[in-house]
Amino acid sequence: MIKTAFDYTGEISWCPGCGDYKILESLKMALSELELDPKEVVVASGIGQAAKMPHYLKCHCVNGLHGRSLPLAAGIKASNRSLTVIAVGGDGDMYGEGGNHFMHAIRRNPDITNIVCNNMIYGLTKGQGSPTTAIGMKTSTQPFGVTSKPLNPLLLALSCGATFVARASAADAEKTKDIIVKAIKHKGYALVDIFQPCVSFNKVNTWQWLSKSTKWLDEERDASDKLEAMRLSMETDPYTLGIIYRSAPEKTFEENQAPYETGDDTPLYARTPALENIRKLLS
Amino acid sequence: MDNIHSPESEVTISFCAAAGLGLQTAEDLTRQMLSKAGYYVFSTREYMSRVRGGNNSTQIRVSTKPVRAYVDRIDWLFALSPELHPNITENITEDTKILGDASAMEEEISSLGRKMIDLDLAKRASDLGSPKFSSMIVAGFIAGIFTLGEDSADQLIEKRFKDEDLSGKNKMAFRVGHQLGKEYVGGKPVVQIPVQPGREEIFLDGNSAVALGAASAGCNYITAYPMSPGTGVFSYFAKNAKLLGSVVEQVEDEISAINMVVGAAYAGARSMTTTSGGGFVLMCEGISLAGITETPVVVHLAQRPGPATGLATRTEQADLELALHAGHGEFPKALYAPVNVESAFRLAGRAFHTAHKYQVQSIILTDQYLLDSGYDIEKPDPSSVPAPIHPIRTEKDYKRYAFPKKDEYVSPFGVPGYGEGFVSFDSHEHTEDAHITEDRSIRKAMVQKRLKKLEALTAEAVPPIVLGPEKYDTAVICWGSVFEPLKEAMEILGCKNAVLIACEQVYPLSEEFRRIISSHCRKIFVEGNATGQFSRVVRSLTGTGADEMILKYNGFQFSVEELVGELDELLRARS
Repeated sequence: MIKTAFDYTGEISWCPGCGDYKILESLKMALSELELDPKEVVVASGIGQAAKMPHYLKCHCVNGLHGRSLPLAAGIKASNRSLTVIAVGGDGDMYGEGGNHFMHAIRRNPDITNIVCNNMIYGLTKGQGSPTTAIGMKTSTQPFGVTSKPLNPLLLALSCGATFVARASAADAEKTKDIIVKAIKHKGYALVDIFQPCVSFNKVNTWQWLSKSTKWLDEERDASDKLEAMRLSMETDPYTLGIIYRSAPEKTFEENQAPYETGDDTPLYARTPALENIRKLLS
Repeated sequence: MDNIHSPESEVTISFCAAAGLGLQTAEDLTRQMLSKAGYYVFSTREYMSRVRGGNNSTQIRVSTKPVRAYVDRIDWLFALSPELHPNITENITEDTKILGDASAMEEEISSLGRKMIDLDLAKRASDLGSPKFSSMIVAGFIAGIFTLGEDSADQLIEKRFKDEDLSGKNKMAFRVGHQLGKEYVGGKPVVQIPVQPGREEIFLDGNSAVALGAASAGCNYITAYPMSPGTGVFSYFAKNAKLLGSVVEQVEDEISAINMVVGAAYAGARSMTTTSGGGFVLMCEGISLAGITETPVVVHLAQRPGPATGLATRTEQADLELALHAGHGEFPKALYAPVNVESAFRLAGRAFHTAHKYQVQSIILTDQYLLDSGYDIEKPDPSSVPAPIHPIRTEKDYKRYAFPKKDEYVSPFGVPGYGEGFVSFDSHEHTEDAHITEDRSIRKAMVQKRLKKLEALTAEAVPPIVLGPEKYDTAVICWGSVFEPLKEAMEILGCKNAVLIACEQVYPLSEEFRRIISSHCRKIFVEGNATGQFSRVVRSLTGTGADEMILKYNGFQFSVEELVGELDELLRARS
C-alpha cells in the first residue's frame, strides 16, 4: 500500500476482509493525488461500520449521529468554504436513517462529496436488512426474507437534481480512487455510491457477486445525458459502475448565502457582529 | 378593580377581523402614528391557525404612561368580521364602543344585547375604489378620536405604498375616517397627548428582540423548519440576512436544523435554530450530540400549547421540563426565559455568550404571547451584548477535548482550518483527541469534565427580578412572559407584604433565587401551564416549591384583571 499524508496508524475495528478497507485506501489515495493538506480536509460521518472511517484517517475527524452526516457536513462547509468536506457512511446511515437529508442535501447542493459504502446490509447492528437489501434476502430481523423493494440511490439522486452521480466498487480500488478524485473536484454535491461486500452478514453480495454482476462504463464517455444516466442507473445484473452522470456545476448552497454573496470568503469564525447594520435596523 | 381603568389616561382598542382582510396595515399604522404622537402603546395579537377567514384579534393599549401587558377590557372594538370569539364577547361591557358595518354585524351585536356604531365601511371604501380601503378608514377614524392631524399618517402611508396613485387613495381613505372620528368625539381627544420631550424609543416585539439580540451577539448561522410561533425569529433573519451577514437556511426537518447548526458551530459559526415544542422534540438527539461534543449552540424554543399539535397559534409555558431534560444522557445546559421585550434582546445575547464561553447549549424559552407582543422601549444598544468569543489558533498537538487546567472549565476551542492542529468531533465517548474509547477511567473523567461546567453556569446564572417591599411575607414567583401582566396586577393591588420574583433564567437557578426560595415566606407560583412545572423544577432542585399556584392553560395569556382577581383572593384568604 502506498504511504499518504492521510495515513492513520492506530487500530482499526473492521472485520478482516471488509470492503471498507479498500474504500479507505481509495479515499486516501484520492486525497493524496489531489495534494490536499490534511489540515484542510474534514471527513464527517454518522454511525455504522463505514461511519468509523473518519477515525482511520489523519485529518479533521467528525463522527456525528446516525443518519445526520449530511446536515452536519453542509453546516461545516457553509461556515468555512476553504475546507474540503466529505460525508461518508453506509447505506443504512445515508439512505435509511438519513434518507430525508439525502434527498434535501442534493437539492441544497452544498459543495461536498458524499461517499456511501453500500454493502446492502446493516453491519454494525449485525445483519439486518438495509434500504438497499435485495427482496427475499433472509436476515436476523427478516427471517422469511426482505419484502420491501430496494432503494435506487442513483436514480433518486438524479431525480433530486444531483450534478455528479457515480457508482464505484470496493473490488477496484484504483478506479474508485479516480472517481473520488473527480467527485471532490466537482463543484457542488457529488454522490459516489460504492458497492462493497459485507463478509460477515451479506452472503449474497459477495466479492464474487461483485465481479460477476457489475460492469464498468467507458471512462472517456460523455456523461452529461440525464435520461441515459437514468437508464444506466436502472440496469441490474450487471449493475453499471462508473460516472453515471456529470453535468456543468450549478450554484452551490454556500454561494447562495448572504455572507458569501459579495465574494468575501472569510470563514464565519473570523467575522464580527454587524453592529452598525443592527443599529440601522433599530432606527 | 376600579383603579385599573383610568379613562383619562388610557384606552384599549381591539380589532377583530377574519384573516386575510389586510387589517394588519391598519393595526401597524395605528400603533405607529399614536406612538409618534407621543402616546405609550402596547400591542398583542391572537390568531387562529388558518390563512383565511376565522376571526383574529389585535389589542392596542394606548396610554399616557408605559403599558406592557394584556388586559381584558375593551374600550373601542372594531368588529369587522362576524362570529366574534368569546375572548372578545365576554369582555364587551356597556362602556365598550362597538364599531363596524351594521350590514355585516348588527344582528350579531344585537344578539349580545349591545348597540353598534355604523361606520358603513364597505360602502365608503367602495366609493373610494376598493373594499380594501376599509382598514385605512379605520386607521383614520382612530387618528380622529385622538384628534391627530388628518396628515398624521401621510409619511407612514407613503412608506408603505410606493405607488403614488395607491398612496394617494389610501391617504384619502384615511381622511374620510379621520373626519368621522373627529366628529364622533366632538374634537376632544379620548386621551390627552402626554407631554414627554425627547423620548428616543422604538417599537419592538418579541420576535425582533430575540433576533436582534442574537445578531448583536454575532449569530451568523440560523436554521429552521417552519413552525408557529418559532418562525418569526427566523423570518426576521431571512429578511435581513444581508445586513446581518448570516447564513439562513430553511431545512427539511428539525433534525437537520439542529445537526446543521451543530456542524456550523463546530466549524466556528455562531449558530442558532428556532422552533416550537413539536420541532424541539425532534431536535433532542441533536442537542445531546452538542452535549457530548461540547459544541456551543443556541436553540430558541417558542412555546405553544401541546401535547402534539395542541393549539398551533396559541400560547403556553408547558415546555420547561422538556427543555430541561432535552437530550439523552447527562450534560449541563442553560435555560433562559425572557420576561419581556427588553429581556428577550438581552437574554438572546446572553444565551450566545454562555454557550460559547462554556461550550454548552443555551435554550431560550419564549412563547407566542411574548413573541407577538410589542411596545415602545428605549433603543437597545447592540454593543451592550457581550462580544463573541473567537476560537484559538490550534497548535500541532491540539486536543479538542483536553482536560481543562485546574480552575478552568473548558478545553480551548479550536476550529478546523485555523492553526496546525486537527480538530476532531465525536458523538461517542471519546479520548482527549476525539477518538472513540471505552476506557472506563476516561469515560468517568469526561462525564465529570462536562458536568463540572454546571458550577460555572450556576455562579453566572441571571438573578431574578425582585420587585416590591424589602420586608415581605409572600413571594409571588413567575418566569417568562407572565411577568408584565403580573407586575401590573401587583401594582394595582398595591401589595404591601408581597414581593414579585421573576426568573429570567430557569436553569440552573441563581444563588439569589435559591436564597429567596429557602427563606420562610409563603410562595405563590404563577405559571402558564396546567401543573406548575417551574414549581416542580424548583422543588426538585431546592426541596422547596409552591405553597399555592395560579395556573392558566386555555391557550391565552393571563390578563391583568384576571391576575388581580385571583391574586387578591389568595392574598386575602391568608391575611
